[in-house]
Amino acid sequence: MPDVDIIIIGAGPAGMAAAATAANEGAKVLLLDEQPQAGGQIYRNVENNVGNSVDANAVDYLGKDYTAGNSLVQALEHSNITVKFGATVWRLDEGPRVVWSQNGISQVSLAKHVLLATGAQERPVPFPGWTLPGVMSAGASQILMKTSSLLPRDAVLAGSGPLLYLIAAQMIKAGAPPKALVETQTLKMLLGASRYFPRALLAAPTLFKGLSLLGKIKAAGVKRYTSASSFRAIAEDDGSITFSFDSKGRRNSLSTPLLLTHQGVVPSTHMSRASGISHEWNELQGAFQPITNEWGQTELQGFHVAGDGAGIGGAETAKAAGRLAAFDILYQLSHLSQNSRDQKSKIDRKAFNRALSIRPLLDALYAPLPEFLSPPDETIVCRCEEVTAAEVRQSLNLGAHGPRQVKTDIRAGMGPCQGRMCDLTVRGILVASGAKPSPARARSPIKPIKLGELANLKIPEDSL
Amino acid sequence: MKIDSRFQTRPNTTICLTIDGEPVMAKSGDTVAAALLAHSGNASRLTGKGSPRTAFCMMGVCFDCLVEVDGHPNVQGCMTQVRERMAIRKPKGFRTLSGDTEDA
Repeated sequence: MPDVDIIIIGAGPAGMAAAATAANEGAKVLLLDEQPQAGGQIYRNVENNVGNSVDANAVDYLGKDYTAGNSLVQALEHSNITVKFGATVWRLDEGPRVVWSQNGISQVSLAKHVLLATGAQERPVPFPGWTLPGVMSAGASQILMKTSSLLPRDAVLAGSGPLLYLIAAQMIKAGAPPKALVETQTLKMLLGASRYFPRALLAAPTLFKGLSLLGKIKAAGVKRYTSASSFRAIAEDDGSITFSFDSKGRRNSLSTPLLLTHQGVVPSTHMSRASGISHEWNELQGAFQPITNEWGQTELQGFHVAGDGAGIGGAETAKAAGRLAAFDILYQLSHLSQNSRDQKSKIDRKAFNRALSIRPLLDALYAPLPEFLSPPDETIVCRCEEVTAAEVRQSLNLGAHGPRQVKTDIRAGMGPCQGRMCDLTVRGILVASGAKPSPARARSPIKPIKLGELANLKIPEDSL
Repeated sequence: MKIDSRFQTRPNTTICLTIDGEPVMAKSGDTVAAALLAHSGNASRLTGKGSPRTAFCMMGVCFDCLVEVDGHPNVQGCMTQVRERMAIRKPKGFRTLSGDTEDA
């Protein structure tokens, strides 16, 4: 017997919106999230920050778009929704059956339907020196602002993408302006992206927000470099980072305690890949994504995917996608007729299309540089197992022609992160050598668990 | 190492824990990884090849923040909330199945 109607994995914008929608239509929902609070990465810790009088200025510098997420968190207070935090899903099976771990104890939950809302991770930005203390992802520093009121000291922001501008503006507002903004996009990328501009006008408010961020950065007098490439970081004796890069024909060098890099975000697909859902390569976004229909339904009966985990669209798109998926699941579970599904979802379909209209422009304008897809030889590609790009190339010369052979040969992707930090780079090197690799395989348990926990797992008899 | 921290000093640190035996103050709501970054600009672990590392992604993806917490090895520092009197140790070298990484 199923424990609930729907299990939703991930309490970010897509998962939260889906949970409230399903609960309001009378479905019993179990919402699982790895973090200690709801919000996902974008609204991380929002409930505490909004209610916090000790560090009241955090909501100030994080801004209105961030605090707006609190309404989604509050909507989870519903008698039909059970939320489990610190809950790590490590296996999915047909049924559907969800195996998850909390406080070192694993259990199996059964549902009539599963919605994956696992969101995104930052695209790895490999270059010589990216593993040094003092080099982090820009998103990581934003998480530290959201959860710990920890503000960077004289940081350098390097890379590209809307998130980089948002973080720069938040740092300025917080009184911790970046020392410099080093941007990788080029005039050629701008020209190439211009054909997506008319469509992006449908999301004009988002465009204006972007321009206003740029205005704030300009007004603060932050030094900006553009068309930057050939990143390199070295550690000085005092622990500071010397960051060097080319910009407009010149080699530049900046000294900083903290180098924060960013090249956009990519779908988190370990869970969808490990569950056997087929994935396709999204050329414009440079990432694999699960194959879904317009409602987020996958080819696997009983499994939907919504939000950034289904392809990058941002928070507004994710909220709409979560609701669309919820309406379709409610229809499949006979809570709604087809007609009422279509009627009730009209507003969300419109919102989804509008929010998504800006993506092709952003994807083209802030595409990752080739040097981060197939980095120089001395770059560490697999951080866990300390495998360099040279070793990956050597493996290809010896006959490896896909991610599995590379992994077997030199252990790239075999560490605790299970390839989350190197899959895309191994792929980039393979592509640069002329191969057309399939997605790397992901297997359960998709997060490390202890053998004792596995041994103590009780599997309900009627789920076998 | 002269860099005390790569981040600005924060008020309202009320939780007392230890890092390799040294008492350190952290903020309520901090993760172990955040407390380590706030405390020091130094590495929070050394890899199998002896390279210094600190937390990188802060969202449970990269596993670079692995530390020993109250005797439990290979704990994701960014996914673990600080507690009063928590004992954190920095791993040195390859991951092991048991704690007390100094013997590793």
